[in-house]
Amino acid sequence: MADPRVVITGLGMVTPLGIGIDETWEAVLQGKKTVRPFTIFEPGAFKCTIAGEIDDFSARKFVPKSYRKAVKVMARDIEIAVAAADLAFLDADIETKGTSENQSIAPDRLGCNIGAGLICTELDELGAAVNTAVTDGKFDYKKWGKEGIPNLTPLWLLKYLPNMLSCHVTIIHDARGPSNCITCGDASAALAAAESTSYIQRGCADVVVTGAAESKLNQMGLLRQELLGRLCNSKNDSAPEAVRPFDKDHDGMVIGEGGGLIIFENLERNKARNGKAYAELVGFGAASDPNGINVETATAGNLALAVKHAMKAAGITPNQVGMIAAYGTGVPGEDLAEVAEWRKALGDAADKIPAFATTGATGLMFAGGGGVQLGLASKALSEQIVPPTVNFSSPAEGCEMNFSSEPRKGDFEYAVVGAFTVGGQSGACVLKRYQG
Amino acid sequence: MNHKRVVITGMGTVNPLGHNVEEMWSGMLNSKLAPSPIELFDASTYPTTFAAQVKDFDFTAQVGAESAEKHKHAGRHGRFALGAARQAWDQSGLESCDTLDRSRMGVYLGSGEGNLDFGNFFALLIDAWKDGKIDSNIWPKLAYDRMDLYLEVEQESNMVVSHIAAEFDACGPGYNVLTACAASTQAIGEAFMQIRHGDTDVLITGGAHSMIHPLGITGFNRLTALSVRNDDIATSSRPFDLTRDGFVIGEGASILIMESYEHAKNRGAKMLAEIIGYGSSADAYRITDQDPEGDGAASSMRAALADAGVKTEDISYISAHGTGTKQNDQVETRAVKAVFGERAYKVPMSSVKSMMGHLIAAAGATELITCILALRDQVLPPTVNQISADPDCDIDYVPNVPRKSEVKVCLSNSFGFGGQNNSLILKAAD
Repeated sequence: MADPRVVITGLGMVTPLGIGIDETWEAVLQGKKTVRPFTIFEPGAFKCTIAGEIDDFSARKFVPKSYRKAVKVMARDIEIAVAAADLAFLDADIETKGTSENQSIAPDRLGCNIGAGLICTELDELGAAVNTAVTDGKFDYKKWGKEGIPNLTPLWLLKYLPNMLSCHVTIIHDARGPSNCITCGDASAALAAAESTSYIQRGCADVVVTGAAESKLNQMGLLRQELLGRLCNSKNDSAPEAVRPFDKDHDGMVIGEGGGLIIFENLERNKARNGKAYAELVGFGAASDPNGINVETATAGNLALAVKHAMKAAGITPNQVGMIAAYGTGVPGEDLAEVAEWRKALGDAADKIPAFATTGATGLMFAGGGGVQLGLASKALSEQIVPPTVNFSSPAEGCEMNFSSEPRKGDFEYAVVGAFTVGGQSGACVLKRYQG
Repeated sequence: MNHKRVVITGMGTVNPLGHNVEEMWSGMLNSKLAPSPIELFDASTYPTTFAAQVKDFDFTAQVGAESAEKHKHAGRHGRFALGAARQAWDQSGLESCDTLDRSRMGVYLGSGEGNLDFGNFFALLIDAWKDGKIDSNIWPKLAYDRMDLYLEVEQESNMVVSHIAAEFDACGPGYNVLTACAASTQAIGEAFMQIRHGDTDVLITGGAHSMIHPLGITGFNRLTALSVRNDDIATSSRPFDLTRDGFVIGEGASILIMESYEHAKNRGAKMLAEIIGYGSSADAYRITDQDPEGDGAASSMRAALADAGVKTEDISYISAHGTGTKQNDQVETRAVKAVFGERAYKVPMSSVKSMMGHLIAAAGATELITCILALRDQVLPPTVNQISADPDCDIDYVPNVPRKSEVKVCLSNSFGFGGQNNSLILKAAD
């Protein structure tokens, strides 16, 4: 018996480019650039003062009235995921407890697998409590134990647990099937996609909400990327042009915040309800770079191995690949490492196949970036348009793949999506055009 | 579907009861109690002043000087994981396997986040505090100056996966999941699915975590989840007992080598156990509470039983999640009754957390190892500290002392904060 087939039937995008797949896709095609001086906190003495920010955003609009109080215990990462999940179910036209009075999916057939990053505590909130436990200018552990602890809100810890993205989504939509939270940085969404497909293929769910969301747009996030030497500090005055994946003037990334949640559905179920589908998932692969612990050396996580495995599972050769969804952090060493991996996986075809990366438009969205990448690749496949690579003008030496800053019409059957993370994990998916 | 069989060929652990498998097991069979006053920082004024700590862990002795140098940036739980992984690797005999394809060997962990650089982190919150908030002109300057690249990056929870991949030159899949207290059971379950499906041949799986730090204890104290039995620390972890008052936080790592049956057989490896079933579910109830009816927990057990193709009467032992919180133990007992019916009273179920404490993300993998040992030695570890019976918890918890018993098939449960439930079923390798 062959494995059941799995299709992508709903896209929920929450990115600096827009809220929802339609707004986001339109902005992508227009080549909209969203990186600008950030406002979510004072940039002050930070070296990098620009980012891809989501405007005027709160999850309140995206949760049922009865659940609005819970938004208070959601870190920004969680809010993004909750909103994106709502949008994804609406786009898929699947009715859940969260979107409708009548559910069209049985709770125990609905799975959830949402990738997340390291969620940062809000420094002002924790600082207010910590500063009640100071003696002679120093943190006083004894005083903290007695007087400091009660100054934190009782549910403080729950705001920052990465599985809370999944947990809130399962509660809102009454998803009682398998539920997981993958925390492998930017590769999380690709890995979650593989596992979500497995849920459906092994028969323990018919529909899965998957993808990832993250916001590192906070002091600790910015600090850590600065220490890693990945940030672009040279273009605070020309923010929209700062992130330039694979371009000769690439000079690092800036932080973007966002999430892409995606509905996976058993094809038979989708057919039975006459639903739409963006693409079919036909192959996955995952790999590691054993040198990933040397975080001062750029890595693309042995992506070639993941891509080869995914293509083998899909039963396709490099010549059948019509589009490459590259990751494109814009960090020079990482761009070079990534192109080398695509070439290793696809040979001569790597430089000919139309490719794109959207980080130039939004900044790097970490775990969320992988979800958005997978969602946009699905949309691109269904529209038969290769999205533009914003800020790409001519390739950096060693990055001569087929990128363009303009959208391109295509006629292609298969897209390969690849993502990787600091630490050395990577994941790849092969998507196939779905025409009913 | 042509499923591959999946076996365990190596196991290792570093936890409060021992720094290797046999030391831990001997502790459990002697009903040893791990909780003691916290020595990792001054917690003397906290609501909870104790924990189950890993003490005197000698990283270099466990992994060797060369590896200790290679992984010098690994954090506390990363070091536990490397120690446990080395034990498991050595037992598996994979090092001498000439045909091992490292591109088909990966890592799948349920590992927690690394610890904050507390000294600097707290000092920054104080030194950059101005007019009731963090001053953006002061904080970044001090942070650039004081914070260390590796101490920061190692906090990302995928970094333990990176260390294990580096140590054993694993180029295959690298996964980390962090579903709170269920993480390593979930990691093992999904790793099992990958090998069963033929995606890869070998996975180094398990979990690692340490939350015995100022904000970990603070966070759980604010949630009133921890025992506050400061006047009787040794017996503070009392799962299923009427006097239980919360869980006792522990720390550690447990790692297993998992491979397909044919891969193990072809290389002549000794098989320690066979994983035969896995189930996962969500409560979809509340972020703060378990579903009081235990539907989510029951559904994960039922899914694992169905996946394994075994009946409740085939189960000879249940390794409980058994945290020692009022709610968990009551709900778990109810769920076991819902799944097992009258047989619930006849299947022994124990919680080793009563001795070892709750290793959070690393708990499930450690408990799975105890199931493998129960299969090996035909003896069940006890639930100690059974003092007064709770009428709501009235099944057989193997009270206070280990028990000789015929053990053929085990069920191991883990339920995560937030409602993610996972169950594994294993049997002796044949």
